[in-house]
Amino acid sequence: MGKMNVPDGLLYTKEHEWIRIDNHLGTIGITDYAQDALGDVTFVELPKVGDSIRQFEAFSSVESVKAVSDVYAPMSGKIIKVNDGLMESPELINQSPYDKGWMVVIEIFDENEKKNLMTASEYRKYLEGIIE
Amino acid sequence: MRLIFEKGKKGRCGIKIPKSDVPSREFPSRYKRKKDPPLPELSELDVVRHFTRLSQLNFCVDTNFYPLGSCTMKYNPKFTEQVERISGFSNLHPLLSYISEEAVQGALEVIYETERLLCEITGMDEFTTQPLAGAHGELTGLLLISAYHRYKENKKRYVIVPDSSHGTNPASSSTCGYETIVIPTDKDGCMDLRLYKERLSDSVAAVMLTCPNTLGIFNPHIKEVCDLAHSVGALMYYDGANLNAILGKVRPGDVGFDVVHLNLHKTFSTPHGGGGPGSGPVGVKGEICNFLPIPRIIKKDGVFRLDFNRPNSIGHISPFFGNFSVILKTYAYIMLLGREGLISVSEHAVLNANYIRARLKGYYELPYDRICMHECVFSASRQKRYGIRALDIAKYLIDKGFHPPTIYFPTVVKEALMIEPTETESKETLDRFISAMVEIANLAKERPQALKDAPKTTPVKRLDEVKAAREPKLRWEG
Repeated sequence: MGKMNVPDGLLYTKEHEWIRIDNHLGTIGITDYAQDALGDVTFVELPKVGDSIRQFEAFSSVESVKAVSDVYAPMSGKIIKVNDGLMESPELINQSPYDKGWMVVIEIFDENEKKNLMTASEYRKYLEGIIE
Repeated sequence: MRLIFEKGKKGRCGIKIPKSDVPSREFPSRYKRKKDPPLPELSELDVVRHFTRLSQLNFCVDTNFYPLGSCTMKYNPKFTEQVERISGFSNLHPLLSYISEEAVQGALEVIYETERLLCEITGMDEFTTQPLAGAHGELTGLLLISAYHRYKENKKRYVIVPDSSHGTNPASSSTCGYETIVIPTDKDGCMDLRLYKERLSDSVAAVMLTCPNTLGIFNPHIKEVCDLAHSVGALMYYDGANLNAILGKVRPGDVGFDVVHLNLHKTFSTPHGGGGPGSGPVGVKGEICNFLPIPRIIKKDGVFRLDFNRPNSIGHISPFFGNFSVILKTYAYIMLLGREGLISVSEHAVLNANYIRARLKGYYELPYDRICMHECVFSASRQKRYGIRALDIAKYLIDKGFHPPTIYFPTVVKEALMIEPTETESKETLDRFISAMVEIANLAKERPQALKDAPKTTPVKRLDEVKAAREPKLRWEG
């Protein structure tokens, strides 16, 4: 298993989602590790703008040739934007998990939920434990 | 390989349409096609050769070893086909039973007796053979559970499944309106007991377990899991996909399961995987019997009758009696093997799986290294270091004349290779398969490209599965 990209500044979940927080808005996607484990993504199911999502509850699913996996919300919030581009080009999740492969943007309900997430260095350590 | 559409020649014809012997009438023009349908024009011989050739390309258990984990692809003995073709059965119309029960006593007896036999094998009180497949059995089982809780006015919201469960388990639960709670697997390969206790509450409707589970491991705490569920008014659901491991050894009903579904096409050796319809009978205990689908077949003064008078029944869940021919074959299979035969089925299925497990564990990672039941799950993680994935191993096995094992399932094992040899294979066949797997492990280190290039012996080489999923072309466009 190659070296996994874990950018600083983002927060991470144990289920391998990331969130980038900027002025009460959070952009959410799945990590490099998650896309590698899934393999080539073939379909992404996204929620609708206006939906509310709750921390650590499934809000979307990602399908690869191997399996369908739920994607869990790193934080609670209201969906204000979804990445429609993933409908046409689900491979963006593989090619650019932290940038073009973003999934949704939420308006964060409670910034205190941050304390339930991992920082980049904590997540790196967490991955080491999984990869051996 | 050319498609049949590409083989046609304009004006060629394989049939002679007889003269009409009824007065002709014109179709209303709004129903008429604007253009002739693009059907291939072929002679009868063209068609026969095309489909005979296709049938020769078919990979089946009658020609090769088929260790597809979780699917129990055992050999289907031919005598059950003979039984199915007895004209008294094969010419019956199911509606006849609604007109005259007397005229179909034999068929009703087969269903009735099969239900009794399945009760005996699983330790349940009553069975319905109506469900048409395993997932349909799950749906029926969950509908029964939900009807039971509604009748009892129990407020229930959740169904618990382990993360190694078949994907159909959460799907069936959510179809019945329940939310799924997923419990992780512990280091021994079983549902984590501590987390299970934490999540169990009186709003849990049912706990769905496959036992042995999809890792081929029998849960040693199964009794405790059942007792805990019952203590909060939850029902225990047994996913019978892996019953082949425990015939005559353990009965789910004795352990504490309240609802079970079986896959007759797996354990009881009827064709499946494109070869025939499935059948997913459901067995229940105690009060849940009141909710079984109608009609029930009952025996009164030595005569078999249809009983529709079940006010709490969930109703019909399939037309008539399910896939009758599969039930009939199952009956024949159980009667031929008998008690000793069925016990021997499970013993050999387990022995064969452990033989493969022990012989291959030096070459492949075995994430849950313990005695397995009817199947064993390896990980291709050692091979992944050389860039070889489970998929590459699967493709190379095709060239060696074996059907690949199930790959990437259960999802709790990375790069999973799930091998289920079944009881019907000889040691020689298993040895040939083991040699092929050893060869692959060596190739992964020395010449990984050879695995990447597989398969080479098939009509089409490595298919682009990602492209097929992203841009599916579902019909021929001429």
